[in-house]
Amino acid sequence: MRWLLVFTAGLSPFLYLIWLGFSDGLGANPVEAITHYTGDWTLRFLLLVLAITPARWILGWVEPMRYRRMIGLYAFFYATLHLMTYVVLDLNFDWPELGEDILKRPYMTVGFTAWLLLVPLAVTSTRKMMRRLGKRWGKLHRLVYLIAILGVLHFLWLVKADLREPLIYAGILAFLLGYRVWRSWSGKQAKVPARPGAAVRKAG
Amino acid sequence: MLIKTRRYPEPQPSEITDREVYLHRRRFLQGLAASGVAAGLAAPVSLRAGSRSPDVTESKLSSEDKLTPKDDVTSYCNFYEFGTGKDDPARNAHTLTTKPWSVTVDGEVEKPGTYDLEDILKPHTPEERIYRLRCVEGWSMVIPWLGVPLGDLIKRFKPTSRAKYVAFETLYRPSEMPGQTRAILDWPYVEGLRMDEAMNPLTLMAVGLYGEALPNQNGAPLRLVVPWKYGFKSIKSIVKIHLTEKEPPTSWNIAAPNEYGFYANVNPNVDHPRWSQAKERRIGETGLLFFTERRKTEMFNGYGEQVADMYRGMDLSKYF
Repeated sequence: MRWLLVFTAGLSPFLYLIWLGFSDGLGANPVEAITHYTGDWTLRFLLLVLAITPARWILGWVEPMRYRRMIGLYAFFYATLHLMTYVVLDLNFDWPELGEDILKRPYMTVGFTAWLLLVPLAVTSTRKMMRRLGKRWGKLHRLVYLIAILGVLHFLWLVKADLREPLIYAGILAFLLGYRVWRSWSGKQAKVPARPGAAVRKAG
Repeated sequence: MLIKTRRYPEPQPSEITDREVYLHRRRFLQGLAASGVAAGLAAPVSLRAGSRSPDVTESKLSSEDKLTPKDDVTSYCNFYEFGTGKDDPARNAHTLTTKPWSVTVDGEVEKPGTYDLEDILKPHTPEERIYRLRCVEGWSMVIPWLGVPLGDLIKRFKPTSRAKYVAFETLYRPSEMPGQTRAILDWPYVEGLRMDEAMNPLTLMAVGLYGEALPNQNGAPLRLVVPWKYGFKSIKSIVKIHLTEKEPPTSWNIAAPNEYGFYANVNPNVDHPRWSQAKERRIGETGLLFFTERRKTEMFNGYGEQVADMYRGMDLSKYF
């Protein structure tokens, strides 16, 4: 039941976007609106997935650990929608231009790299893959730190003058990553409460 | 390819100004006349047969492109004084008081002073100019402006021989312009043109669009329109016009000198350092499932015939 709730919650921004699209709610520049919307939700899901472990440490919440992979997959889902919006709606499958953008424009390079790095994480998000990779799974999935940094950088880099919104994402990310660093330095790992399920030993 | 682009139909002359639009326009002009705002503005009304807009001087400089719907023109704006989101100005600009409004004209002119807007506009007949507008962000619109050629206006203040540039300034009033409470740009917004650019027949001081007074979010009550330059040159809600010998500072150039130059001529061959300027998305041209091809951006936004001479011999990648 809970699973269905989390699944529906994750899907709801997408459903709302569809509704906006059919009800003429995307404004004068729908392609830009969809691009920004899916980009925002990618970053939100990335931050959310990165908040799960600190929430366990700080607040003792263990329940969200069950949904960590699903939330991570939602980050990939929205990132893919974001990229598809660009390739299909904005560029109309103009592959040479996409290539040029990725090579020439740093914010595109960074954003595309972040998406590429998400692919192996999405592919290895099944229980079977977790079992097969064992300890290496946790190591591989630490890529999400880099992905989130690249994602926020992508946003910061494309803004014209008003940095407030990307800086909010950067601030939250800095806290979530900084807390991990601080914790490992001050040697607090021992007090981790047991997590439900036994798939992975070490949480990112 | 699976998905087909829906081609936009060629504009028919009948589509360009519909009946409703010019009825609105007539109402606006009657309103202006009745309220005494520039009595002269609406006076020489001529009803010429076959003219697209019976009560406004028609212009050969107008574009034949299909108009961007008025809703889009008035809801999708960059006017950072009211917020940096595209929909912020439409939401926030109602707070702006545009009456009374005075404009200071000073510097290298024989008749400097602070004038009431009505007095500035009084001797002029408004013209409708349908211009393309290309934003530096990569989108464009086609807007029926109503205004007075800037050159005609400036001449009345008798520029001296030392007047080489015209500097403009937007109102600074944080109590009514919430965006100005944050230091996103160095307020007040300033812009400038070279004298020949200011005197070019294309350059317009707009007071209206779609036949009505300018909505606040579009730069009421007086804004510049320079159609061959990126939109940010077309400064809004102007309170000061200063003629000067030296090239004046401009807001976006101050904010990011490597990204925005003084000239800011639309140029598909000179990319913004962070994105391409080769193509543009025409607002309002949304096809099936938002699938529309972008247009190729034209040199000088398609106004090369009127303006290219002014930049002959200049390296436009240096003077971007």
